[in-house]
Amino acid sequence: MVPLHSYLILSAGMFIIGAVGVVTRRNAMIVFLSIELMLNSVNLTLIAFSAFFGNATGQALVFFVMTVAAAEAAVGLAIIIALFRRKQTINLDEINIMKW
Amino acid sequence: MTLEEILFYSFAAGGIASALLVVTRRNPIISAICLIVNFFCLAGLYLTLHAQFIAVIQILVYAGAIMVLFVFVIMLLNLGDERRLRDGFTWKKVAAGGFGLGILMELIYIFMIQTGTPSIELERATNIGTVEAVGHMLFTHFLFPFEVTSLLLTATIVGAIVLAKKKLD
Repeated sequence: MVPLHSYLILSAGMFIIGAVGVVTRRNAMIVFLSIELMLNSVNLTLIAFSAFFGNATGQALVFFVMTVAAAEAAVGLAIIIALFRRKQTINLDEINIMKW
Repeated sequence: MTLEEILFYSFAAGGIASALLVVTRRNPIISAICLIVNFFCLAGLYLTLHAQFIAVIQILVYAGAIMVLFVFVIMLLNLGDERRLRDGFTWKKVAAGGFGLGILMELIYIFMIQTGTPSIELERATNIGTVEAVGHMLFTHFLFPFEVTSLLLTATIVGAIVLAKKKLD
């Protein structure tokens, strides 16, 4: 029997790895991939709670999280393409025209 | 070591290893492929939780559509192996990793001191993981978010096209 906290610890670990990836990496694509990793860890938490408590709400919520993640990935990649056309780089250190 | 535990630990190890590879690789194509491996491990974990519909949707939507879009864009931008984007070793990264590890230890402590965690209710878990159960939830309790999602996707399509199209001057 795998207890609930094993799934929660795994999800927390993946979330932390994704968060460190978002904060640390300078390549915009890797930042987006880390954001997707964080969203998936939350999906795992929702499914684990849904299975352990017999409530189907968690699985419907995962459906919506996946839809919103797909929408956000599409628009984010369009932004990256537009940015690359302007500045020929996706290194986040060089994208600083809004810096005061 | 029951089969359930063996499956959980192997998928969990695969998930953590691929997550670490995603975050640390220099080449974004390798990161994208490691994320696809991570999605497959997660789909296996959903199957151990009897969430059949979500497991298949994970592979179809995440690994099959979103990651394909990512790989298209990475190849479109044609960045090469990034000699220009040297993402080298800095002490800031060590500090970030240290903070992350600290938060992870706190979370593990919070999860482990709980007592009386329920064990998986096998029949109920199997009943709610099917397409019928999730569909029933989607079309009765979550009908309004379901319809709003269609609006969201339309706005996404329009937004992505407007942002990414070339100016025709």
